[in-house]
Amino acid sequence: MAKILPLIARRIGSALVTLLLVSLVIFTIASLLPGDAAQEALGQSATEEQVAALRAEMGLDRPGPVRYANWLLDLVRGDPGQSLVANMPVSEIISERLPNSLLLAGLTAIFSVPIALFIGIASAIDRGGRLDRGLSITTLSMVAVPEFLVATLGVLIFSVHLLWLPSIAMASSEATFGEMLRSLALPIISLAVIVIAQMARMTRAAVADQLDRPYVEMARLKGVPYSRIVTVHVMPNAIGPVINAMALSLSYLMGGAIIVETIFNYPGLASLMVNAVTSRDMPLLQACAMIFCALYLVLMLVADVVAILANPRLRA
Amino acid sequence: MSRPAISRRALVGAGVAGAGLVGAGLLLRRGSAADGPRAPARGGYIRVATQSSSTSDTLDPAKGALSTDYVRHFMLYNGLTTIAPDMSTQLSLAEAIESDDLVDWTIRLRRGITFHDGADLTADDVVWSLRRHKDASVGSTVATIAEQFANIAKVDRETVRLRLTGANADLPTILSQSQFLIVRNGETSPAGNGTGPFKLSDFRPGVRTLVVRNPDYWVPDRPRLEGIELISIPDEVSRVNALLSGDVQLINAIDPRSTRRIEASAGHDLLVTRSGLYTDLVMRQGAMPTGNVHFSAAIKHMIDRPLVNRALFRDFATIGNDQPIPPFHPLYNPNVGQTTVDLDKARWHLRQSGVGRTLLPVYASPAATGSIDMASILQEYGARIGLNLAVNRVPADGYWSTHWGRHPLSFGNTNPRPTADLIFSLFYKSDAEWNVSGWQNERFDRLLIAARGETNQALREEMYGEMQQLVHDHCGVMIPVFISLIDGFDARLKGLEPVPLGGLGGYRFAEDAWWEA
Repeated sequence: MAKILPLIARRIGSALVTLLLVSLVIFTIASLLPGDAAQEALGQSATEEQVAALRAEMGLDRPGPVRYANWLLDLVRGDPGQSLVANMPVSEIISERLPNSLLLAGLTAIFSVPIALFIGIASAIDRGGRLDRGLSITTLSMVAVPEFLVATLGVLIFSVHLLWLPSIAMASSEATFGEMLRSLALPIISLAVIVIAQMARMTRAAVADQLDRPYVEMARLKGVPYSRIVTVHVMPNAIGPVINAMALSLSYLMGGAIIVETIFNYPGLASLMVNAVTSRDMPLLQACAMIFCALYLVLMLVADVVAILANPRLRA
Repeated sequence: MSRPAISRRALVGAGVAGAGLVGAGLLLRRGSAADGPRAPARGGYIRVATQSSSTSDTLDPAKGALSTDYVRHFMLYNGLTTIAPDMSTQLSLAEAIESDDLVDWTIRLRRGITFHDGADLTADDVVWSLRRHKDASVGSTVATIAEQFANIAKVDRETVRLRLTGANADLPTILSQSQFLIVRNGETSPAGNGTGPFKLSDFRPGVRTLVVRNPDYWVPDRPRLEGIELISIPDEVSRVNALLSGDVQLINAIDPRSTRRIEASAGHDLLVTRSGLYTDLVMRQGAMPTGNVHFSAAIKHMIDRPLVNRALFRDFATIGNDQPIPPFHPLYNPNVGQTTVDLDKARWHLRQSGVGRTLLPVYASPAATGSIDMASILQEYGARIGLNLAVNRVPADGYWSTHWGRHPLSFGNTNPRPTADLIFSLFYKSDAEWNVSGWQNERFDRLLIAARGETNQALREEMYGEMQQLVHDHCGVMIPVFISLIDGFDARLKGLEPVPLGGLGGYRFAEDAWWEA
């Protein structure tokens, strides 16, 4: 334990620095994009005077560094600002979308992790065997198939032809849990396909790596049953890379779900961020970027801590 | 537009029809005629998906910028006038709009109309709604049009006087646009409290708009639907899938390539709206070689319009003739000779222009519908006559501010406008902001101003006819086709009629549609 607390403290410190740098980079890059929020809002048919007036209204007439500093000060005080185009507090917009993204990512994780672990461990144990080869071909082809293809085929088969599942994922607050699961089934499956495949490949590699170690051979020579070797001896050593793989996949589920969000019209954070970029809504864009970055850092931290706790050698 | 003799107090009581009586005649591509007409039923909830929605979705009519906004606003608010499917202007909230000189207009309001919050509609609301466009901080998308409102004043409880900066016979038509819908007096950021057929129940920008029937709506027997949920599905394939799987009952902006899927489904139909929407090639007149008259003549003779119509739009388009007034427009001049592909003529013009083998870049983008394919067709035909074009494909994001009209050759895209005057004033007048080709024609400008104040309808038509000829002959734009708007709907949804100004029945389907269970 003595080792973990300072590690967490150090990590939080560097996370804050990372967040600051990311916000600076996002702000700089976004200001390089042609046009600003006022131009985008007024569209093709705006005159110079109109744009100038709206710019003043939005506070875009101030120089970039000043806007950035103001935004940062407000954020430190806990206020992510006002969306330029929606005329609503950013926190309000995010608080509506963030639960949706977390829900989709959470359900996908619950669905994918056990399957991925099972596939990964099973194929590691049966390395070179028929099962392993079958699973490897399946997972490799799953990794190779793009999400939009899986999603579109899923919609064509299950929604358009069979009429079993809805083609759009409406996150309505009135829906019961069952209805919600039904409307999220296709998005979850589309995301799970790629996540399961990635996690299973990484798990297989980590477990297989351990199975080659001398201690496994020793345990086998001593007559320990193979299943016990895998669960009791190999897994604690393999858990670090496996957890890391999972953390990476999960952070992907938060921000990388954009294609699935678009196809199923799911109101999540990823599409919100794309929205913010196209409408040049800086406060909203910054807030989304901060959330994605923070979530990523938290997941990585959790992965490291879990790996340490799970491994007797690191725990000491 | 086809308001015969609007001039002398002609609009008094011209159309009590107002929003409404636009009959039951369905103009569908197939079906529907077989089953006999049934009386419109009341009730039913439908879900409608459009192609665009984002956090910039608004409840403020003045800020409306996208089709989703227009649909939302027409559900909640009413305008002083509306446009009928035949493009004639009908009265709505106004009982009369009259003027003796087309400069000083008197608008008299219908009595007994209430907002959703119960307040009576009065002249104050109209004055407030129209004045807002002049306030730059509102960010009105029609501020340039509202510049001609010199003075807006209340006369009495039901009467408003609107003084223009110059004569404009089109004022009643201009007021039919969704941006000029009437909001409640004093509301700086309107939140759905209108006089319209539906009341707002839930609005989340970028997610959905939910409206329910307004039981106190002032037009008898309207609306018929109990409620509408408006969402957006930006991906076209997903939108069509959602329609076919029954998750939504009406969608817009269907790619011509997807029409077969909808035609193949027994329970779905297409609503095709011939519109004035066009994608044009802009040839900058201030730059060389595009400013050379022979160069633009060569381009105009080089484009294979039927090929564009067939290959890009599966014949869901109307052949254009390098001027912006479409053939089904009341002011269309049929006497302008149609330019057709003629490579010998094009070659001759090209030689006269002296361009030679110089490589000329053409800027095209997904922002201008079909422009990339059109550019490729031009490139191909150009190669046959010795014109060397390079297609520069650029992203849609930021296209209008960085590329449109900023290069000698670039593609543009213009949405339908309610009047010929607006199209010409915004895009073709010598000093217009978006006269991006930069053509200058004194005669054209004079005709345009004169036509606004012309009270003789025949003379007016003649003037617009000549303007079309001038643009066709001299302007640096090439307009190959007018693109039809294609919507798809569940066949049980009735009462949809195409209005050439926009898809989804000119964005106003909600008031008249009904559900036949």
